[in-house]
Amino acid sequence: MTVLARWLTPRLTSGLTFGLAAACVLAIVTACFLGSTPLPWTRVIAVLFGGGETGEQLVVWSIRLPRAVAAFLVGAALGMSGAALQGLLRNPLAEPGVLGVSATASLAATFSLYYGLVAFSPWILPLAAILGALAATALLALAAIRTRSIVTIILIGVGLSSFAGALMSHLMNLAPNPFSLSDMINWMLGSVANRSAVEIGFALPFMVLGAAILLSTGRGLSALTLGEEAASGVGLDLRKQRILTVLGAGLATGASVALGGAIGFVGIVAPHLVRPFVGHDPARSLIPSALLAGLILVIADIGVRLIPTDNELKLGVVAALMGAPIFVWVAMQRRAIHD
Amino acid sequence: MTDLIATNLSLKAKDAALVEAASFRLAPGEFVALLGPNGAGKTSLLRASLGLERPSGGGATLGGEDVGTLSPIVRARRIAYLPQTRPLAWPNSVRDVVALGRFSHGAALGRLGDADAEAVERAIVACDLSHLAHRRADTLSGGELARMHCARAFAAEAPLLIADEPIAALDPRHQFRILDLIKEFVTRGGGALVVLHDIELAARYASRLIWMKDGRIVADGSPTETLNAERLEDVYNIRGSVDALRVTMAGPL
Repeated sequence: MTVLARWLTPRLTSGLTFGLAAACVLAIVTACFLGSTPLPWTRVIAVLFGGGETGEQLVVWSIRLPRAVAAFLVGAALGMSGAALQGLLRNPLAEPGVLGVSATASLAATFSLYYGLVAFSPWILPLAAILGALAATALLALAAIRTRSIVTIILIGVGLSSFAGALMSHLMNLAPNPFSLSDMINWMLGSVANRSAVEIGFALPFMVLGAAILLSTGRGLSALTLGEEAASGVGLDLRKQRILTVLGAGLATGASVALGGAIGFVGIVAPHLVRPFVGHDPARSLIPSALLAGLILVIADIGVRLIPTDNELKLGVVAALMGAPIFVWVAMQRRAIHD
Repeated sequence: MTDLIATNLSLKAKDAALVEAASFRLAPGEFVALLGPNGAGKTSLLRASLGLERPSGGGATLGGEDVGTLSPIVRARRIAYLPQTRPLAWPNSVRDVVALGRFSHGAALGRLGDADAEAVERAIVACDLSHLAHRRADTLSGGELARMHCARAFAAEAPLLIADEPIAALDPRHQFRILDLIKEFVTRGGGALVVLHDIELAARYASRLIWMKDGRIVADGSPTETLNAERLEDVYNIRGSVDALRVTMAGPL
């Protein structure tokens, strides 16, 4: 058994990453076959291999593929942020959605939309979302220094979420016309419908930067397994670790909110499923969590289009329907001793 | 020059003085026990001398350099620190937890370099954990966990070790086992400063005892020099007698 485990664990980790990456590519390609415009699969294949007519190319390259890629990127950013925040706060329930980071980012983004700030530059929207996310993560990290209780941290997250939700509702109440109301609802619920390469381009650099920061400081998250005191004992610079994880998770979450709105729970579900395969090590869970969360959202977004409803379901709703039960289940598995 | 030297170290929290003008030296080859009642400031003294707390007065040097200016990585390579144990956040394997002791050498879990893997293996063998190396840490008994944390500290292969109550809540056999492990570390040329509450075990294992009371070091010397009935009375407020380093406690004063 132990010999098997010794042989298996490293292979599982790299096999998992490879398998997930392959599944992501497959899911994104599959998503290109689905859409509101009827297009036979033979035509889609023709387009994917560089053929097809202009109209068909437009549908696949400019509508379907960007949508699938956006779903993947939003998921990946949330999955990695979730895994990193869980490592930092040493708790499997930490996640951008639950901690109110997504809601705060979404509020900041809505503000910039409502007051027309986005007219100045297309960078305003992602930057506003990122500032919102950073403000929330910084507040949580400060609270984490003062209290060791994860319950307190999650309650602060609940407070942030409620506050952001109330202000968002207020802005919706004041919405000047049905179109901006519908825009805001999109932000609140989370959706990647009608995203183009341009919007992806404005979010991607921040996601990449955030991911790079999280990956380069992953080792510190492993050390935090020991607790903060022992982690400083083995040589971790706690202050620097906190700042960088907050910064990385804030950038990635903010950019994902800018691209897809507030989508919850995926940052809990993916790391939770990945952890047993990577020896429960926060650092090794970062990449597989990102891939799995991306995969989940691409599949959920396929589901959004397949479920026969009059109005298309929002991606955030589907993600919550899948994720909330798992969140409750993880919470119920926790023993009181860890708090 | 690998010694840890604290000079007139003081530490305050708000207005309360936790440590007052404490001076001591820890050198390789020494087994030093830090004794004192709860709240005497033992942990605060350790944290301040490691540079984990900014002292309100005095200072500490490690290998001739001020601990306040040492980077955490450099400090961890010179001195391993085993704080009072807290539960692990995740159910990692024993080998991975021991490998975290190599953090200061740049080791990343799951892809250890040869030098790191060898150091981890040596520590695992030294602490008799080979048969447990692939077990999940949350399935270990208290004694096995204590050995795992010792192995983690040894894996750093730092010349000095500071351990805060490493044998708290262990059965007598495991208390001996852990102290034997630390003794072996000292025999191999290491220097250890260990917080203990068992005075007799401290006298038996340590070459020097540091006695603390109300934030001050009240005595520092060999067990025969410093362990006597008056000391028990002064430091712990207990009546007792000492005969050839055997302590008999009669009761509180």
